[in-house]
Amino acid sequence: METKSESLREAYGNELVSLGKKDPNVVVLDADLSSSTRTGIFGKEFPDRFFNMGISEQSMVTAAAGLALSGKKVFASTFAVFLMRTYEQIRQSVCYNNLDVKFVTTHAGITVGEDGATHQIIEDIGVMAGLPHMSVIVPVDAVETRSVIRYVHDYTVSPYYVRLTREKFPVLNDADYEYVPRKSVTFKDGSDLTIIGCGVMVSFALKAAEELKGKGIDARVINMSSIKPMDREAVVKAASETGRILTVEEHSIYNGLGSRVAEIVGEEYPVLVHRMGMRDTFGKSGKSWELFDYFHLGVPDIVRSAESVFREEKKFESVS
Amino acid sequence: MEQLNIPEIEISRYAEIARQIRINSIKMVYAASSGHPGGSLSAADILAVLYFREMNIDPVEPDDPDRDRFILSKGHASPGMYSVLSLRGFFPQELLKDFRRLNSKLEGHVHKGVPGIESSTGSLGQGLGVGVGMALAAKLDKKDYHVFVMIGDGELEEGNIWESMMAAYKFKLNNLIVILDRNGVQLDGKTQDVMPLHDIPGMVKSFGWNVIEIDGHDIRQIIIALEQAKSSHDLPTFIVAHTVKGKGVSYMEGNYKYHGSPPASEKEYQQALKELGDE
Repeated sequence: METKSESLREAYGNELVSLGKKDPNVVVLDADLSSSTRTGIFGKEFPDRFFNMGISEQSMVTAAAGLALSGKKVFASTFAVFLMRTYEQIRQSVCYNNLDVKFVTTHAGITVGEDGATHQIIEDIGVMAGLPHMSVIVPVDAVETRSVIRYVHDYTVSPYYVRLTREKFPVLNDADYEYVPRKSVTFKDGSDLTIIGCGVMVSFALKAAEELKGKGIDARVINMSSIKPMDREAVVKAASETGRILTVEEHSIYNGLGSRVAEIVGEEYPVLVHRMGMRDTFGKSGKSWELFDYFHLGVPDIVRSAESVFREEKKFESVS
Repeated sequence: MEQLNIPEIEISRYAEIARQIRINSIKMVYAASSGHPGGSLSAADILAVLYFREMNIDPVEPDDPDRDRFILSKGHASPGMYSVLSLRGFFPQELLKDFRRLNSKLEGHVHKGVPGIESSTGSLGQGLGVGVGMALAAKLDKKDYHVFVMIGDGELEEGNIWESMMAAYKFKLNNLIVILDRNGVQLDGKTQDVMPLHDIPGMVKSFGWNVIEIDGHDIRQIIIALEQAKSSHDLPTFIVAHTVKGKGVSYMEGNYKYHGSPPASEKEYQQALKELGDE
């Protein structure tokens, strides 16, 4: 089954314009990357409510806090890797004040491709999810991106981190899909093991699940876009019903989706969990899709890992 | 502006409030066995003028959308900040005695949960950026309130300050007024030893700001500078207020040891109160 792909950041920029039209309180900040993050689409439409702060992320984050303290609904964007240098501004000025600032970053993960390791942030989920008051969402496709952006604007007043990417991703959701907070989506049911993923890895997992079917393994596939708070019920249900869990993410296996799933499983229903992701390493220049094979995160790798998990082979390669 | 006619009795009223801020600050850090007296004492005169004359604020309506905003970016001077707010009527003065204690609202560093506090601060360098955001919001909402931000001179070593200075110039934030508490001392020693800044007024001017230099303990000069700053047409204003760290307590003056330490003994404590004229 071939699905069409669509840009998540393009979806973000266009959704911002829709929000801007219905809500004069929406303001958007960027740090000299608005043509890449696509906040520039909003800036063109609403120049008075768009602030290009220059290559000054600390200034951007603290100004975002001041705008939110003055009643604005603030979206602040840059590449995910560069937002990380403002961890402490986000901690002190945004999260401690518990402000209505939405950090929507793009170019996260290894799908940045050719720009290489310096730009391929694979630690951001852990960094952001560790902050009190902060919620973290990794949309799986453009449809979910639009819905998440609408949701965080319409229904929330606390800080959010929404992780987007450079590459277009396959569209997995129906056009009328609406994001439900804290809820995961089961794209494929199954009883032999559960693959829990986020971002582009979900589409890989679905392909892997098809191949596994041919091998007589019936895999459940869950899109866990809400990293924090996480759908604990779905994780526990997967553990109890399928007995084995494989997590897949375009992020470090530390402090990301896999870690959080393992925490829940360990606390509530201990079963075998294997995490696939970046294994304590930096990324690398290359074409986006080549990199998944290079780092053993491609569809064949997921199939192989799933088979091991299914057979409960516990001799997985060590991390360091 | 220099001809501003301020009666002597009014000047002495602000000086008296500043004295109360200093006495409260000493009592608070001594009771808490911790805290930052030096920068509270250096900032006291400026805080008194801001909260009792220059700012349009009302303790009964602390969230009035048209109010002036003040951010103490040097959030460690919380004793001074909480003192002036209680003196102005934002909360009862008896709360001051629980400063830094468990279950007290008065957190060690300035905390937004306290009536009158606009933003939590304490990690240096961030308050000016927050002020930029507030000043931008005022422009968007076509409101004519002012945003005052007090920063420390050690704080100038934070890159965030200079990033935000660029932004304030870019967006022509004439409604943004920074007051630099230039007391020349930071935690580890004199600012000129820890990280010398060759020419602060020159640096700020080169970022496109108005710069005014005053004696930060001269009430009349503080008033005149703030009035001048408020009438700026298109530029943000930076007031370099030359002050003395630990002002009013002889053994604390200019002494970096009292940046973040209370009086070391009952004897020191009593001496401080005596020198400040506490009865």
